[in-house]
Formats: sequence, C-alpha cells, structure tokens
Amino acid sequence: MAAHSEAGQREANNEPAQTRALALRLIVLIDLVIGALKALVIILLVLNLTAVLLWFERKGSALIQDRIGANRAALFGVGRRIGLPNLGLVNTLMADPLKLFTKEDFVPEGADHFLHGLAPFLALFPILIAFAVVPIGDVLKIGTRTINLQAAHLDVAALYLLAALGISVYGLALGGWASNSRWSLLGGIRASAQMISYELALGLAFLSLIVTYGTLDLQEISHAQGGVWFGWLPRWGILIQPVSFLLLLTAGMAESKRVPFDVPEAESELVAGYYTEYSGGKQAVFMMTDFAEVVLTAVLITLFFFGGWQVPWLYRDGFHFPNGAFLRMPNYVVAILGVVAFWLKTVFFCAFQILVRWTLPRFRYDQLMRFGWKGLLPLGLLNLMVTALVVVLMGVKY
Amino acid sequence: MPLWLFLFLAALAVIAALGVILQANTVHCLLGLAINLLTVGIMYIGLGAVTVGFLQIIIYVGAILVLFLFVIWLLNLQAEGFTGYLGLKVLVAIGTAAFAAELALIFLSAPRISKVVAPLSQDSISGLGHALFSDYLIAFEVTSALLLAAIVGAIGLARRVPLSVDETARSGVGGRRLGETEQSPEQTAGGTSVRPRGITGRELDATVN
Repeated sequence: MAAHSEAGQREANNEPAQTRALALRLIVLIDLVIGALKALVIILLVLNLTAVLLWFERKGSALIQDRIGANRAALFGVGRRIGLPNLGLVNTLMADPLKLFTKEDFVPEGADHFLHGLAPFLALFPILIAFAVVPIGDVLKIGTRTINLQAAHLDVAALYLLAALGISVYGLALGGWASNSRWSLLGGIRASAQMISYELALGLAFLSLIVTYGTLDLQEISHAQGGVWFGWLPRWGILIQPVSFLLLLTAGMAESKRVPFDVPEAESELVAGYYTEYSGGKQAVFMMTDFAEVVLTAVLITLFFFGGWQVPWLYRDGFHFPNGAFLRMPNYVVAILGVVAFWLKTVFFCAFQILVRWTLPRFRYDQLMRFGWKGLLPLGLLNLMVTALVVVLMGVKY
Repeated sequence: MPLWLFLFLAALAVIAALGVILQANTVHCLLGLAINLLTVGIMYIGLGAVTVGFLQIIIYVGAILVLFLFVIWLLNLQAEGFTGYLGLKVLVAIGTAAFAAELALIFLSAPRISKVVAPLSQDSISGLGHALFSDYLIAFEVTSALLLAAIVGAIGLARRVPLSVDETARSGVGGRRLGETEQSPEQTAGGTSVRPRGITGRELDATVN
C-alpha cells in the first residue's frame, strides 16, 4: 500500500488529474480486496470450526461415554512411533471427508433429481451468508486506514439474520420431499414445522434485545457491551437480558436440529430424517449445515450476551484493571485480542451445545411442539413486554 | 441500484413468476414464487427501502411460503395436465386477453414518475415506527384486531369438539391418563400408548394376558 502511494506521488507532479483518477481507482480496489479478505477469513474460520466440531463431537462423545472413539486412521504411524496417543484427528479431518466425497452420489428412483441435488446447498447457503454481518472484532488501524472487522456493515443486521434463518428451512423441507421416501418426507415436514415454530421464540428474543440496545446494528450492540458496572463487572448482555439468553440458547439449539431437538432426523424413528436418501458429498453438506448452525447459535449468544469481541476491562488504548492498574497496548494487539476473545467465547458455546447433545434425551414430537408454542412463545412475549415497559417507564438507555 | 442490476433482478422476477404459472409440479411452482418474492425483496433493498425488503423476505419467503408448502403436502396436490372443456378454455382465453389489453393500456397511458418520494426519515425503522404509532395508529390497531379475529376464527374452525367420555371410549380415541404410566417393558415395546379411556392399565394387562 505504501509503495502504491509513493508511486502515486511521483506521478502526481506530471499529470495531476489522471493520477488522481488512478489513485481513486486504486483506493476502490484496495477496499474491494480488504472486503474480500474479511469475507474469506470469516467464512474459512466458520468452515474450519465446523470440521473441528465434528472431531470434538466424535472424540468428546467417546470421552463422555467412556469409549475410545475414533482411533483407526493415522499417517504412516508417525504419532505412534513417537509415543503419542491417536486423537482421531486423521480419522475425522482427513479420512472421513475423503471417504464421503469419493462415495457414489446416489439418487433414489422416482426422486426429483433437480431439487434433490439443490437441497443440500439451499440448506447450507443461508447459514453461511448469515455470518457476513457478524462483527468478529473492533476496528483495526493499518496506516491511515481503519478497518471495521465485520464483513458487511449493515444498519439492519438483526433483520438480515432473521431473513437468512427464515430461508434456511427450504433446504431441509425440499430435501425431504424430493427424495421420494416416507422417512425423508416425514423428516422434512418435522424439520420445517420445528424451525418455523422455534423461529418465533428466536424472533422474540431478538426483539427484546433490539428494544434493550435500541439498535439493529450488531457492531453497535458489541460496542454497547463495553465498559463496566460498579467499577469491575463487565456490562455484558446476559446480566440485563437473562431470559432472552435462555430463549436464544434453546431456540437456537432447536434451529440446529440437534439432540434434544433432533426429531427431524431421529435415527431411531426415521433412519436419518430428511437426509435419509442422501449419500456422499451431499450428505456431508447436510452435516456441515448442522455444525454451521451450531456455530451460528454460539456466535449469536456470544454477540448478544457475552460482549461479542469485548474483553473485560480492555479498552481501545489498553487494559484498565479494576484495581486502577493500567496496561497500555497498541491498536493491533487490542484488535487481535478482541478477535481471539470472540472466537474463544464462540468455541466455548459450541462445546457447550455438544455437551448438551450427549447429556439429554430426545423430546417427543408433541412435547417439542408444546414446549415451543406454550412454553417459549409466552415467555418471549412476556419478556418483550417487561423489557419494553422498563425501557419506556424508567427511561433506561443501555 | 445500477440499471443493469435492476434489469437483471426484474428479468429474474418475471421468469420466476412465469415459472409459478407454467410449471405442472406444485412444489416447483412454489419455488418459483419464493424466488420471485426474494427478488422483489432484494429490489426493495436496492431501492433504499431496506427494512421493507428484509421484512418481505422474512414474512413472505420465510413464513408464508413454508405454510403454502405445508398446504401442498397436506392436500397432497399432484402434478396435473391441462384438462377441461373447450368452451371454457375459449372463454378464459378471451377474458385473459381483455385483462392483458386493459393492463397494457393503463401502463402505456400512466404518467411518468418524475421525482422519487423522499423516505420517511434517515433512520428508516424508527421513522416507520413513529409513522405507524402516530399518523396511522387507527389503521394499525384495526389491522391488528382483524388479524386477532382471524386467528381466533382459525382456532375455532380447527378445534375438535370434545366427545363425551362414553363416545371416546367407544371410538377408541383418548390419551393416557395420569396414574396409567406404569407399564411393563414388553407393553411399551409393543408400540402404542393410546388406550381407550376408562380402562386402567391393570385391566388392559388382564385383557392382553
């Protein structure tokens, strides 16, 4: 970047107008490259996290259930020769994907070929684009340029998230329908019924948060959670919206269709639900969708309730500890600490969801519906009313 | 929104709309409608009505069309060929042609839009909220009362009139009562937990045995 501006200055003496146009175009180009890099970094972080979660799910569940778990595949036996235990990393991160993506891509007879092929991508795509508005850090200053660590800065980001989640139903519903199988169709119907039921609770949790923070901008919500109460307590959202936290956690787990909310793919009833008739790469895409939804739920919880990228007592110039100590830090360290904090919190809530999966039994279908409509929905409405009353009557501005 | 983007979206919307009416398979038609509504929503966003655009996507694509999908599955609608009486077809064709001509006439004679109406305010959501709860309060409340009435009506239509105890027992419909949950494992494995009301678990055991 410095080299470019030097070149620009040298030329500026000769032909000012032309150079200015060139410089302008260069700035646009740099912005474009930075935007693309941000998007790429976020999407790669999410995709890699889904793979690591798959490993954690297999090996972690083995640990919980006192089994050994995946330990078969290894690369030339290197780990064993130097005395390391097989952690199953080769198994889950290399062997399984290789196996899945080289398997025969089977389409059942009488299936709707076009929709059968399209459905996995319709399921994954909306979840992945939802991460575009997630702020993974504060601003990063490089030279004179200030980079907002968020792929797309949107004023109505919360609405965007709801829209993306709303569209994600289609992949599952159509995948189940297009397979021409009873198990799949039942799974697809259950999945779509479950998702639109729990989206209400999710939307109500969102609304309470929007009323609390007074904005739909996720970066502003992250900023609002900076600072402290009583000189030491971080101003995190969970302290003022605990009910919303429970709503978002529950509804988010229901949206990701995992135990205890896994009726759409209940293996003891429906084989694998909406993706019974999928094999190979397409099935892998469906599994990836599940884990991406787990990551999305964790990201939303981090963002709304645990300060997003905020580190306790860390401000833009450095740490201000409660005992009065001050540790000055350059901007890039603060920015990197923020990004690391964001992903640490996210990984924690991903792991939490996986622990829940291996702890609780599955809901029955009627219990699931009753819980969503008669439990979470009234609770969400009540929470919204109380929040609105408090905000209006007491004039609380968060 | 640049012109090329508008043209692209407009073409996509028209193609999707044609897909809704020209395809035989109802689920494919529904997908066409979803693409159409999504494209229109993106157009709203591109034209500056960001909130309206996202609400369009959330409400129409994310909720109402999923309901349509349920209805299609519920009624088990199959792909149908074009059948019917010839006279009826001719009548419909004439009617459609007249309607199309009328539309064309209206479009051609409509005055050109000379200036864009200014948005409510810079902050579109709070502007929308202020407008809804001040200038259009009565319309807003009447609409919500109408929706409430519709919900109550739908529940009233869907509600099953509870049968008397005797009828329930005769028709074999009824849930498990409290105190009947103790079942032997063999019975639970046997499958059904629905049992005629008025018979206790012990009695049923006796009948089975």
